[in-house]
Amino acid sequence: MITKRIIPCLDVRDGRVVKGVNFEGLNDVSSPVELAKYYSDNGADELVFYDITASAEGRRLFTDILCEVARTIFIPLTVGGGINTTADFDRVLKCGADKVSVNSGAIRNPSLVREAAKLYGDQCVVLSVDIKRVDGVFRVFAKGGRENTGMEAIDWVRRCVDAGAGEVVVNSIDTDGVKNGFDLEMLDAVCRAVSVPVIASGGAGNKQHFTDLFRALPQVDAGLAASIFHFREVAIPDLKQELKQNGIPVRI
Amino acid sequence: MIAIIDYGVGNLFSLSSSLHALGAEVTVTDDAAVLRAADKLLLPGVGAFGDAAAKLRMSGLADVVKAEAANGKPLLGICLGMQMLFERSFEYGEHKGLGLIKGSIRPIADVIPAGLKIPHIGWNALQFTEKQSPLFRYIKDGDHVYFVHSFYAADCDEAVIATAEYGAPLTAAVQHGNVFGCQFHPEKSGTVGLNILRAFCEE
Repeated sequence: MITKRIIPCLDVRDGRVVKGVNFEGLNDVSSPVELAKYYSDNGADELVFYDITASAEGRRLFTDILCEVARTIFIPLTVGGGINTTADFDRVLKCGADKVSVNSGAIRNPSLVREAAKLYGDQCVVLSVDIKRVDGVFRVFAKGGRENTGMEAIDWVRRCVDAGAGEVVVNSIDTDGVKNGFDLEMLDAVCRAVSVPVIASGGAGNKQHFTDLFRALPQVDAGLAASIFHFREVAIPDLKQELKQNGIPVRI
Repeated sequence: MIAIIDYGVGNLFSLSSSLHALGAEVTVTDDAAVLRAADKLLLPGVGAFGDAAAKLRMSGLADVVKAEAANGKPLLGICLGMQMLFERSFEYGEHKGLGLIKGSIRPIADVIPAGLKIPHIGWNALQFTEKQSPLFRYIKDGDHVYFVHSFYAADCDEAVIATAEYGAPLTAAVQHGNVFGCQFHPEKSGTVGLNILRAFCEE
């Protein structure tokens, strides 16, 4: 049986991991290579690297680092941030990324998903979408969740999947950072609309939240989180043991 | 020396990196002479079967691979590269494969219950068959590996060395003499995957 994936997300700026991460046994906590290796050795099923660099120089550093990560660890790598063209896909795939996540780039250029899926295959294109309720309607937000695009979110996700997105990461702005659990209602709405893997993001605060997620919504394929893993509030091996005890299939 | 066959399909960076990490001497090549001189061959591949099979044929490397395999050189096909070892594929039409292993490639949708997602993507457990393979000498039954595929190898029971359960037992790995195939990506399957590649390197 296919297992539920647990995915840590690392924000990288100018080739360094952002946010103070504090792990025993890690000399350089802001080294993407060391941190990736740490997670890979400790049960992560996949890693997401998010490039939050603004400059061209920072972008070059990011791709250099990505190559080094891909030379060092051998689990699936997804890269997001600053992906606006198929040339951006090419740039990160050549460095060893397996999947590329598009967000604002797909909103600005609606044909990006289709073009990329045609060139690299559906399995390579991950739609990442930031969703927030506005007057009771799910709306797509752009620019890191700062700008309401006015688009209805479920329709947007469906259109992108039809165009070739092979997976969908649902980031709930409403639950993000609140640590009160994943946004089950929003995730359910997305799962009902599409038949590709759905990755839940935003709201995880403890191990129980992952159990609640996979119990309530068996259609959800993966749980993604950042700070709770980075700050050791949740250790992935413990999380997976707990999921296993609760009858949820995981890779131990 | 292990030669990774470069015929313009897919990204070979992770595969060559994983072999480097094992300390293997590896080269990525489209040169028939280098393939002939190599100790072992790796046939990678992602994308569509018809397109990849045509590229391999057009490059002139298909005949080289077949001849070297017939001479007993260890060959490992990965993902689409494994599928190409078979006689034919029914992925959008009918396409001829290398014919090194008996069987054909068919849509997963034909054998799994409706409602399961396609592609079969993610980490799944290997279930060894009765056929013992040296490829698995460093791993154990039930170990997890990473899959991404929408088609599977059918009618090849004699060659199957492991399956993965996804509503039906899907062919996960095959062996016919010196010809090996993994439907999953050993280069993306962590320590388990590296141990499979290590076993192949020692063949």
